[in-house]
Amino acid sequence: MTYLDHAATTPVLPEVVAAMTEQLGRVGNASSLHASGRAARRVAEQSRERLAEALGARPSEVLFTAGGTEGDNLAVKGLFWARREVDSRRRRIVASPAEHHAVLDSVEWLAKHEGADITWLAVEPTGRVAPEALRTALGTAEDVALASVMWANNEVGTVSDLAALAEVAHAVGVPLHTDAVQAVGQVPVDFGASGVDALSMTGHKLGGPMAAGVLLLRRDTECMPLLHGGGQERDVRSGTLDVAAIVGLQVATCTAVGSREERAARLAALRDRLVAGVMAQVPDVQLNGAPLDDVVAGGPGRLPGNAHLSFPGAEGDALLMLLDARGVECSTGSACSAGVARPSHVLLAVGADPDRARSSLRFSFGHTSVEEDVDAVLDVIGPVVERARRAGLGRGDKE
Amino acid sequence: MRLLAAMSGGVDSAVAAALAVDAGHDVTGVHLALSPDRQTLRSGARGCCSVEDAHDARRVADELGIPFYVWDLAERFTEDVVDDFVAEYAAGRTPNPCLRCNERVKFAAVLDRAQALGFDAVVTGHHARLVDGELRRSVDAGKDQSYVLAVLTAQQLAGAVFPLGSMTKQRVRQIAAERGFAVATKADSHDICFIPDGDTRGFLARRLGERPGPVVDAATGATVGEHAGTYGFTVGQRRGLGAAVGDSRPRYVLGIEPVTRTVTIGTADLAGVGEVRTAAPTWTGPAPQLPARAEVQLRAHGTPVPCEVTAGDGGGLRLLLDEQQRGVAPGQSAVLYAPDAERGDLVLGQGTVVAASRRVPA
Repeated sequence: MTYLDHAATTPVLPEVVAAMTEQLGRVGNASSLHASGRAARRVAEQSRERLAEALGARPSEVLFTAGGTEGDNLAVKGLFWARREVDSRRRRIVASPAEHHAVLDSVEWLAKHEGADITWLAVEPTGRVAPEALRTALGTAEDVALASVMWANNEVGTVSDLAALAEVAHAVGVPLHTDAVQAVGQVPVDFGASGVDALSMTGHKLGGPMAAGVLLLRRDTECMPLLHGGGQERDVRSGTLDVAAIVGLQVATCTAVGSREERAARLAALRDRLVAGVMAQVPDVQLNGAPLDDVVAGGPGRLPGNAHLSFPGAEGDALLMLLDARGVECSTGSACSAGVARPSHVLLAVGADPDRARSSLRFSFGHTSVEEDVDAVLDVIGPVVERARRAGLGRGDKE
Repeated sequence: MRLLAAMSGGVDSAVAAALAVDAGHDVTGVHLALSPDRQTLRSGARGCCSVEDAHDARRVADELGIPFYVWDLAERFTEDVVDDFVAEYAAGRTPNPCLRCNERVKFAAVLDRAQALGFDAVVTGHHARLVDGELRRSVDAGKDQSYVLAVLTAQQLAGAVFPLGSMTKQRVRQIAAERGFAVATKADSHDICFIPDGDTRGFLARRLGERPGPVVDAATGATVGEHAGTYGFTVGQRRGLGAAVGDSRPRYVLGIEPVTRTVTIGTADLAGVGEVRTAAPTWTGPAPQLPARAEVQLRAHGTPVPCEVTAGDGGGLRLLLDEQQRGVAPGQSAVLYAPDAERGDLVLGQGTVVAASRRVPA
């Protein structure tokens, strides 16, 4: 099996399994006052401190969540409600149309149910949001509740310069949230240095457990809770701490961040060989997103393990099925809840034509990827593309 | 063989896929997202369809351990089946959307795509026998679906596999239960899939609007009532005519004239049909020598009647029925069978009914 869908989820690290298994064997609610509770709390708080250090945050800025979707929902809705409460004019949200659905749908929900106005940011063809675009969209910003721009795009892998964006937002007093689910462990992420006010990340994209994540929230940033209850996590996110998941998340994050440079170089080399090999066999293939060697703010402008390609005349859907049948697992981007593959909303947002958006595939490398994975794709991609092209661009085109 | 199993989420297609796997074929499941009902869209970004049916189909595929995908054919289905359905009613005819779907979607768009992707054939849960390229009625007469498959050509049938034709529906459910499929007890779908509430007249009214016109008594030529649209009527229909005629004898719809929006009704003695004309036929195998003797079935659950098949105008057929039939509606298929009690009636082919007349049999 050739697993090239690490951006969807990546294998759990053995040291994470060990740490979680050890913690699962212990009793203790981190909110309890007795010895078992104190022991659990110690593990949770140690994890919080180590995570903070790995991410350039203070421990008090680390709020444990159940993953990226929760972090995005909490930040977008919580910041909106908190800011509007202080000043009722603040009901505009400025966001990139290339965001993950956890942000897009939260923003749209607020527009539908809470009277929010949305300003969609102009996005560069690579998927990057330029600071100028944010400045234009914010204007004088007295009506803006928050801005949200992802650190690295989950489909095309493009990295934006969050420090520059935060500076623009802060110049007009607007808090900036970033979805860094794909970025942490892949590119340098320093919460404090970036200046962003809220950052969501999750464990299972970097070798940790699913349904465990963090919202980094600056100490002076007000955020209304989605979950009310025991008052854990600065009263912003109630709920008994899942200490085993937290320790797993921490071990995974610290490992991924610690080994980032070495891994990034290795994955970029694999990715570059894949793209070159595909281009040799399918000359008209199109690389989506930023160039492979792109640089932004002195760091990688594209996630090192990301290859997002369009195969003109073939449907992503058909390519995925044919590759799956040959033991190669990759992704077309998003599917609806019934399972219908959809044209990439990211490509549509950056102005690609619908056929290009429908004909795309994402290959994403991760910590277990090896040269043989590239070989496996290159062994089959030519005939697969040829066959998919024979089946056409789907939708039952009439002859 | 490499087979693509079309899995609707119902019990029939689930068992058909399972039997194909049991037979040793390399099977991939596919659910066809057909729903053109834009009200079920969750958001503009992600159009969704029969979420529950797709889930049921996926559950079965996962149990069988076969790959499973959802293909979005909503656009094609809307154009070729739903829009056609509405247009046919607007023209005063009575279409069969299941037949149209088989003809243009399942055994056209889906089969073409499947073959292009390297599959040999499409497996469905239709109740019909298909052996050596010969399409025959199912052993379960009550569930037989050969009528809606009769439009398929030999070439299309060569790319089809129907594993359920030699078993009863009861046996299908039993197999599903034995295998622990959650869909084993799922209700049969009776209605038109894109009109889930079964209110065809309401569906057409929303599409076509009010188109009032007169209800005329064939015997007197007098207008005896008003209707809101000819699309609410089918030739042969007896109930809901909204007309007051002097006597208590039942009346039937005899004809629908869409231009003047006239619905003509009459008594039983006027409703019988002895001669049927069809458009150019399709054959499931070699075209038979005409004239020929056959049985004809004139609607989905109609009773077959012996007839003489002769050549008609413009490449169509002229069918002379041995016994008069009521309710022969233009737009329906006249499906021809060669009776065979042992192996199942053989489907010869079909032609769309374009006209019917009384012609008292000789």
